Amino acid sequence: MMQPSLPKFKSIGWLVLANLVLAILLFGVAHAQKSEPVGVTDDQINAVAKQLYCPVCENIPLDVCPTQACAQWRSLIGEKLAAGWSEDQIKDYFVAQYGDRVLATPPARGLNWLVYIIPPVAIILGAFILYRAMRGWRQPASASRQVETGSGSSGDEYVTRLEEELRRR
Amino acid sequence: MTDIQTAPPAPETPAPPASRGGRFVIFGLSLSLGALIAWIALIALLAIVALSMFRNAQNPAAEGNVAPDFTLTTFSGEQISLADLQGKVVVVNFWASWCKPCEQEAADLETAWQFYRPRGDVVFLGVDYVDTETEAMAYLEKFDITYPNGADLGTRISQAYRIKGVPETYVIAPDGRLAGARIGPFTSLAQIQAMIDPLLSP
Repeated sequence: MMQPSLPKFKSIGWLVLANLVLAILLFGVAHAQKSEPVGVTDDQINAVAKQLYCPVCENIPLDVCPTQACAQWRSLIGEKLAAGWSEDQIKDYFVAQYGDRVLATPPARGLNWLVYIIPPVAIILGAFILYRAMRGWRQPASASRQVETGSGSSGDEYVTRLEEELRRR
Repeated sequence: MTDIQTAPPAPETPAPPASRGGRFVIFGLSLSLGALIAWIALIALLAIVALSMFRNAQNPAAEGNVAPDFTLTTFSGEQISLADLQGKVVVVNFWASWCKPCEQEAADLETAWQFYRPRGDVVFLGVDYVDTETEAMAYLEKFDITYPNGADLGTRISQAYRIKGVPETYVIAPDGRLAGARIGPFTSLAQIQAMIDPLLSP
């Protein structure tokens, strides 16, 4: 009597197992959706993140920073991108929340101007000093060459007179 | 010996000026315009660096100094100004949801707040440093923290107090001066009370 009902139990067993697998898969998908904003890729998040620095981990761009604080920030960027915010809007939000120092490129205002002014001015000044120095080195060198050749016509007056005196004797 | 053609002696000409441009005499030094600009730029740069180093060397959050003023916008939107809390002991705690050591002291801080709250002359303020609001709210809920908390907008408060990390706690006396600071987490309720009790009038 039991024999004919066995396949039925078997099929129910398979059905339960299939449902369990499906439930686990669906739960996994739902979990993944919760941790990553819909429609936003890591590349999109990192494109914004690399322009920001977390004040906790100085000198490490947000896209490669391994701390929990930075992970939270990247998650926040993902949420803002999913909400349709532009790159500039997100950066403005981070500046309002955490200050100018989160930006990889400091805004050109206040003392920050020095960052933009000093390097080119230093290069120009350095080039000018180098030019002046090189000109100074070339002049004495050419003068000494004239003395050595002894052409005398437009050279040192002393050498010219000396040669003239020697010729007279 | 060949006859050497010699040029007639050159007429005495006045010495050319040291520089084609105008020269400036400062403290007995004759400088060209370029050198003058270079010196001014160098001195200005050194002055900025010196000023910056001087400001860094100063610690406004040292004990005995007047506590740097700030306005905290709490997560519920309330604005609390330190200046308005004169006459009370103020405990300013810097924390963050990602900060594990902050979790060690969270329960003790809340217990201390509940202990002093009925007196009315002790105020606890939580300053959330470099955090995201969602995680911060979850943290406050997890530890049942009821005293006012708000984000350190623009990291202005933490910069004013020159904090080195979280957690850090500053206790401000009723006269507005800094009475004590705790760098790192409190490990017991007694440690918090030991900083507050001497400042309270009996």
